[in-house]
Amino acid sequence: MSKERIGVYICHCGTNIASMVDVENVAVWAKENLADDGVVVARDYKFMCSSLGQELIQDDIKEKGLTRVVVAACSPHLHEQTFRAACAKAGLNPFLCEMVSVREQVSWVHTDKAMATQKAKAMITGGVERVALHEPLEPLHVPINEATLVVGAGIAGIQAAIEIADSGFPVYLVEREPSIGGHMAQFDKTFPTLDCSACILTPKMVTAGSHPNIHLLSYSEVERVDGYVGNFTVTIRKKARYVNEDVCTGCGICIEKCPMKVIDDVFEAGLGYRKAVYRPFPQAVPKYPVIDTENCIYFQRGKCQACQIFCPTQPNSIDFEQEDELLQVDVGNIILATGYDLFDARRIPQYGYGRLANVFTSLEFERMCNASGPTNGAVRLRDGVTEPEAVAVIHCVGSRDKNYNNYCSVICCMQSLKFAHLVKERAGPNTEVYNFYIDMRTAFKDYDEFYQKVLAEGVHFVRGRVAEVTDAARLPGEEGKLIIQAEDTLIGKQRRVPVDMVILSAGLEPRHDSVEVGHQFGISCSVNGFFTEKHPKLDPVATMTEGIFIAGCAQGPKDIPASVVQGAAASARVLGRIQQKELALEPVRASVIEEKCSGCRICNTMCPFNAILFHEDQMVTEINPALCQGCGSCVAACPSGAITGTQFSDQQVLAQLEGLLMLSVNGGRVLEPEMA
Amino acid sequence: MAEQKQFEPLIIGFTCNWCSYRAADLAGMSRKKYPPNVRLIRLMCSGRLDPAFVLKALQGGADGVLITGCHPGECHYLEQNYKAYRRYVLLKRMLKQFGVEPERVKLIWASAAEGVRLAEEITKMVEEVRALGPLNWPGVAAANGDRLIHLTEKEEVAA
Repeated sequence: MSKERIGVYICHCGTNIASMVDVENVAVWAKENLADDGVVVARDYKFMCSSLGQELIQDDIKEKGLTRVVVAACSPHLHEQTFRAACAKAGLNPFLCEMVSVREQVSWVHTDKAMATQKAKAMITGGVERVALHEPLEPLHVPINEATLVVGAGIAGIQAAIEIADSGFPVYLVEREPSIGGHMAQFDKTFPTLDCSACILTPKMVTAGSHPNIHLLSYSEVERVDGYVGNFTVTIRKKARYVNEDVCTGCGICIEKCPMKVIDDVFEAGLGYRKAVYRPFPQAVPKYPVIDTENCIYFQRGKCQACQIFCPTQPNSIDFEQEDELLQVDVGNIILATGYDLFDARRIPQYGYGRLANVFTSLEFERMCNASGPTNGAVRLRDGVTEPEAVAVIHCVGSRDKNYNNYCSVICCMQSLKFAHLVKERAGPNTEVYNFYIDMRTAFKDYDEFYQKVLAEGVHFVRGRVAEVTDAARLPGEEGKLIIQAEDTLIGKQRRVPVDMVILSAGLEPRHDSVEVGHQFGISCSVNGFFTEKHPKLDPVATMTEGIFIAGCAQGPKDIPASVVQGAAASARVLGRIQQKELALEPVRASVIEEKCSGCRICNTMCPFNAILFHEDQMVTEINPALCQGCGSCVAACPSGAITGTQFSDQQVLAQLEGLLMLSVNGGRVLEPEMA
Repeated sequence: MAEQKQFEPLIIGFTCNWCSYRAADLAGMSRKKYPPNVRLIRLMCSGRLDPAFVLKALQGGADGVLITGCHPGECHYLEQNYKAYRRYVLLKRMLKQFGVEPERVKLIWASAAEGVRLAEEITKMVEEVRALGPLNWPGVAAANGDRLIHLTEKEEVAA
């Protein structure tokens, strides 16, 4: 007989568990069969995590004098804290509660109810055997570093950084490109209000660039992340700009004098030019230019130096000898707002992008409409002078398509409506605009009103996926035009629409390096490649890794308002943590039983955190609990069994193992219960 | 319940708290189905896996043991999965000398995002062990009908 008094609680989780596991039967079985192991009460309940479910446990702890609790419900990563807190409220040490994941590991993944029920019983037996050997523990308290790292300075990252900085805490804002602003800085108008993107974004950029609490690291990338929540150490590579930021005034004379013109593939989306020394756009923050060494005449051929010769500052701001700098910063929390990549429309060859001159991507059209863009805001064909008479906008390019991406890119409908409006506005109301769509998705505030407005402007809408964009004329009136071949599903007929210009509303994709970035920060990506949030509905900005938050399109496609909301939400989560000042860590630590240590030093090389010390004088090893991270590698390595790990001791693991082995897969006992 | 149509192997899986346990969570959340023959134990790291745990599992009635950890280079504790790998290689050699088919013990890497992959690997392993048949190791309690072992008392196993 076990000396412990154990309560077992089985959750139905509505029907999530109860539909595949015979929960009532499990409860009755546990009470009868695990009595020798110390189980004094076993109950099932509809929702164990509800306040009534928790009260059930608390009442039993008080009335029946339970000393251990096993909750068979969802994954401990979801509700371990809930049930530990419930136990603590009733006066039981929270670490004497063990969770058994019969939802994620049983009911959701198995299809045979009898075998699933059997597995649930075995897992509960394992939990009961294990929890009997649990020890009361106290969480470890560590201070939280007040500083926060925000990676990516698009609108989501900027919003997050400003919110935290305004609350009086330091922020390191890291941006890969020479200027902050992200994709939003490239746009002209924003839907549905049609306010100018630059007018609403640049004030925020200036605030982020000049805020006393924001340390802006543009043209920089995170190299390495060490540590854990509250105490991360991040190594950042500040790429060489070849411009000394301490003396440069941002006057722009170097840019003016630079003789080398190159196509700007990044900011101007290939439509415009920039110099070899450049800033992406006039309102760039920070204002310092960058030298692009691949195109700089001096870096390639050793001559020129025009920028240096004409630089008016004393001392000269141009520094050809500058090297990448590695900075180390200590932060408590990290927000990832790394944004998206645009779907490469070349991947759909039948739409002709890259082959047919007058097929444009959405980003190219955004730049074209921008007053400071390559055409100063005029809508022109690729030749730069001709105004189109008819324009087609193709929705869902690379989205909702099983050949490319299954998901909806969220913004394309509204973006395409905006394009239709802009064509009418810039090229005149007589320009014909055809929007080819699959479904019109104009959810959210004022979006459908915008759709109605564009309809009233006389834009044509054709419901059907475009099969092809071609320049091969077949019918009179098609010569010299681009012909859109599409099925109009509302009238059930094929249509050929001749136009002068085609805009492909390309979808949003995860950053090409999102998997590597995820690995670097210890978070995972979903099947589509966007970062996975802790809970899709109830915790959309936190991740499974404590202290790492996500915001904006890095989490999934979304528009500007939603990105701002997520940036603000992530900052609120971070501020909540900083305000706590300390963090309770799982007390999972290893320690040495001195009398058993033979001084063999096998464990000494095991620890990557340098937590293991060897005392030469006494010939024993000691573990520093402040440095120990609790991986348990030394526990496994010790040949004398002299190292023990709290919460994961050999005895606890083996007890759970024994419990798991007690029942066979399809009925009957494998092991006889222990004869006490 | 007692009627047995085919042999149902019992497999114990050791998972890492940071990757493969979360992969199992993800498999559940994605409703990815796999056979119920695997029962998982959570460790903080694959580096915590004492090879003795594997031997105890086989001795105690398991027909196979699945060891899972973070991919090389992605260990939450920097490099402890490499230690798990070294121990695994030696353990496989030792099992052969004991007369146990080394295929009964398998190590796979599964990140927190690889729920579907983990489920597929589990399905594969269950079929492999099913093909091998029950483990007839002289130490197995079930084979003799006696209770032979007291797993919880850690014996002085030189592992």
